[in-house]
Amino acid sequence: MKQRQIVMVLYSRSSALDSEVVGWATYDGTGKTFHHPGGQDEPPYNTGLEAMLDGWRVIQISQLVPPYPGTEYSTSFLPFEIVLEQLVEVE
Amino acid sequence: MDNLLTTQQMALFVARGFLRFDALVPESINDTVLAAIEAGGEQDGLLIQDSEVHSYSPGTPLSECYVDQPALRQLLDLPSVRGIIQSLVGRDPLFDHHAIHHCPPNQKTAQYIHADSIIDTRTNFDIQLMYYPHEITERMGGTRYVPGSHFRRVNEMAIARYQNIKGQQHVVCPAGTLLVMHHGIWHGGGRNQTENHRYMFKIRLNATEKQVKLWNISDLDEKSVGPKAIFDPDAYLHRDRVQTIFELPEKWFPMDESRLEIVNRIKLWRHLVGDESFDSHYWLSRLENNN
Repeated sequence: MKQRQIVMVLYSRSSALDSEVVGWATYDGTGKTFHHPGGQDEPPYNTGLEAMLDGWRVIQISQLVPPYPGTEYSTSFLPFEIVLEQLVEVE
Repeated sequence: MDNLLTTQQMALFVARGFLRFDALVPESINDTVLAAIEAGGEQDGLLIQDSEVHSYSPGTPLSECYVDQPALRQLLDLPSVRGIIQSLVGRDPLFDHHAIHHCPPNQKTAQYIHADSIIDTRTNFDIQLMYYPHEITERMGGTRYVPGSHFRRVNEMAIARYQNIKGQQHVVCPAGTLLVMHHGIWHGGGRNQTENHRYMFKIRLNATEKQVKLWNISDLDEKSVGPKAIFDPDAYLHRDRVQTIFELPEKWFPMDESRLEIVNRIKLWRHLVGDESFDSHYWLSRLENNN
């Protein structure tokens, strides 16, 4: 059996993994599902921790990086990203 | 001019980055524009070449554009549309570019979310008029956009990874609807899952005059009451006041950035009212106390 990866990216409202998810994306390496932009108005999990309790493995979380001088009041990308995976056996 | 935006509408535009006007454009113009787009070539009121509306040089005064395309000239000359444009970018803004956005039937995916053009650090802003000449149903996947995203400095498609953001809006609207957007707002074309073609016509405009008090300011003093101290209950009761509108977060704002977004709104409002002492609560006054 071969394994393939499903990656889910969650964006939470704070650096805490149990804070509310406000952005999300899923990329299915098995090819069985496809998630298109704007296709889901409610998140698959309410928090990152909820996803972990459902078996998703955290593989990366955002570092806490102080703002560059002069950009303290600017906003840009969603700051709190949690990357999770599931390994799925395929034929 | 009777059709200028109100202070409350301007505050909502500053806070959320868009204003939506359902069924603003009359049926006669919608029908003419749609028929011309579908037929192509030189039609009644429009010049379509290679599936695109005949264009003008960027930087051309808007008053000099569309004189050869009366359907679009009529649209821009509607008193309500003139009032919207004048309130945001002045009496005779510059034409930047326009485009027909066409989504064919049965699309497999949707456009990535993005901010238009390139990263833009200006305080003054351009507007984009998004005009829907026909009804957009839910399955047609109208334009998707994220309220309150317009201050976030990103470069075009860098945010494509964000498939969904809480509070994202999908334009489902009657024919003749106009969505007016700040140039920085995050958006993308939705997935058309119907058997019908979907069309939207976009025009980007640049201001030619200082964007200071261009709207109907007769109610400005009444609607701008503050600053109130944070946690003062009265500060949150009046949903039509500028400061109250600025304090309302979007669902997706990160906890630590909600107040930074209020600061962004305050800075733009200062620009629009020409008053560097304007504040909501005490967010900037506190930082500006150098004693």
